[in-house]
Amino acid sequence: MKQHSRLIKLLVSFAALTALSAGLAGQPVLAHEELALEHAPIVEGDKASLQRGARAFANYCQNCHSAQYLRYSRLTDIGLSEEEIKANLMFSSEKIGDTMTVALEKADAKAWFGNPPPDLSVEARVRGPDWLYSYLRGFYKDSSRPTGWNNTVYHNVGMPHVLYELQGVQEMVGEEGAKSLKLVHSGKLSEAEYSQFTADLVNYLVWMAEPAKATRIQIGVLAIFFCVLAFFVTLALKKEFWKDIH
Amino acid sequence: MSTETENTKLAQVTQWIDARFPMSSLWRDHISEYYAPKNFNFWYYFGSLAMLVLVIQLVTGIFLTMNYKPDARYAFASVEYIMRDVNYGWLIRYMHSTGASMFFVVVYLHMCRGLMYGSYRKPRELVWIVGMAIYLCLMGEAFMGYLLPWGQMSYWGAQVIISLFDAISPPLALWIRGDFVVSDATLNRFFAFHVIALPLVLVGLVLVHIIALHEVGSNNPDGVEIKKHKDPVTHKPLDGINFHPYYTLKDLVGVSVFLGIFSAVVFFAPEMGGYFLEANNFIPADPMKTPPHIAPVWYFTPFYAILRAIPQKQLGVIAMGAAVMIFLALPWLDRGLVKSIRYRGNLYKTAFGLFITAFLILGYMGTQDPNLWYVNPTSQICTVIYFSFFLLMPIYTRLDKSRQAPDRVTS
Repeated sequence: MKQHSRLIKLLVSFAALTALSAGLAGQPVLAHEELALEHAPIVEGDKASLQRGARAFANYCQNCHSAQYLRYSRLTDIGLSEEEIKANLMFSSEKIGDTMTVALEKADAKAWFGNPPPDLSVEARVRGPDWLYSYLRGFYKDSSRPTGWNNTVYHNVGMPHVLYELQGVQEMVGEEGAKSLKLVHSGKLSEAEYSQFTADLVNYLVWMAEPAKATRIQIGVLAIFFCVLAFFVTLALKKEFWKDIH
Repeated sequence: MSTETENTKLAQVTQWIDARFPMSSLWRDHISEYYAPKNFNFWYYFGSLAMLVLVIQLVTGIFLTMNYKPDARYAFASVEYIMRDVNYGWLIRYMHSTGASMFFVVVYLHMCRGLMYGSYRKPRELVWIVGMAIYLCLMGEAFMGYLLPWGQMSYWGAQVIISLFDAISPPLALWIRGDFVVSDATLNRFFAFHVIALPLVLVGLVLVHIIALHEVGSNNPDGVEIKKHKDPVTHKPLDGINFHPYYTLKDLVGVSVFLGIFSAVVFFAPEMGGYFLEANNFIPADPMKTPPHIAPVWYFTPFYAILRAIPQKQLGVIAMGAAVMIFLALPWLDRGLVKSIRYRGNLYKTAFGLFITAFLILGYMGTQDPNLWYVNPTSQICTVIYFSFFLLMPIYTRLDKSRQAPDRVTS
């Protein structure tokens, strides 16, 4: 019995460790940031938010960024019908089973931006939601840059601020060590609306990076339940057979 | 048909096979009448669990191979294809990636058990050496498998490790890569080694490991030989119990717990905070862009830390190699009177505690940026402790004041 309680203790501590690292898993940090990352206020699995994010992605990102591992048909997972996908999110002659590619040539992109825009299929798994959220909100005017823009979390980024129409124009103000962003021209969206817009977009990017995640967690609950059940059954069986061993 | 005639039919089939293949005697010798000490504790689950993980890796590996493309142009995309378009491909892939790390968790615990209870001591030297060969093979298997997703960490990790051979002999590194940098040629040969060459060796070595073990019999937490006291009539060891059904059933309890933990990772934290799947490895390999911080996967970091702790590269490579190979000498370094840590004196217990601590700290240091002020000094101290554990062993085990081990196993 003593051994089994030790086994259970180990299981519990390992579960705690797993939970801890699951919590950390969303925070891969890569670049040197000027400002602390903002927490992305996303609700994973919120279909309305994901659909708004999908539309934002198609309208603002997909001119340059592909999502070449995601098929349009997969968007049925976030509650869209094939007709809706075709009507609202597909702008050229693709078929519903095609993946989200872009017409932009790699060589052109390299000439224009210095680096071809990366494919965004799994970007959320590289950067994490908080980084993406901060990135989309972190563009500010910088006349020293060829595009006229710089970014708080991705220093000297090659991408211009494609959402400036919506967000407006920010400037970096304050002394070294206590810098902050200030909105100097407002855009089409209010600050709250822009927060919602970027959160939706990040939510979509997170979904896109691992469309099977919801299924994974659903099956996981069953799998753990099965293992717990198997533990008690096998333990009872073991005890029965070991009765005569002293 | 009555059960009696069914039984005789079954017996006839068994007889027919036994006349041509030693089925019943194999079953008896290795399963039903293999006598294992009755006092196995928690630490004795990891042998059977290692076999379980091996099977998981083989089976999921076969299914991955059906959709993976070992081609530098398609490898990364084919992994994402598995993750998205293959039915339950994500499950197969996560089981395989989690299985890789869990293999090392289980094997490290299994090796730790061997250290604690002196399972490498006479007459089990060959069991230990074959086990070390399995560990080396597993390291190669893991290293080559890690290149296959063709992400940035796959690529640059392989680049860094192969460049170690450059420090020894540049033609050797060229021969391993098949090119001047890690490239499609490297990917193809690593694929061949990962899916067929090393798994074949691995399975073969596991068989040899078990045959050798069953020849000499299992050690136990008391480190005493159960074969010394046999029943005068039946000649069965008095402290031994049949592996089946006693340990098959007990191991099933361990399997349930293990699968619970395994599932928790696969289904709820497949990246394990970046330790099992690194964030950077979701960026396709780019030979023109070196990531700022390249670290191997956690199970190699203790040895990686030893490599970095030594300022001269060639010596570092030699030290790293020696850190792994020195385990082979263990049966001859240990001069203690008893096998099990239970009856050892304070000298050994201290040495063992220091060694385990140094190993864990080295593992942590190997994941850290070497430019941090504390990384190199700490790694250097731990490297000294690591090697001292082995090199001073003939001295401190001889001086150690151990207690008399019992004649029979304790419960």
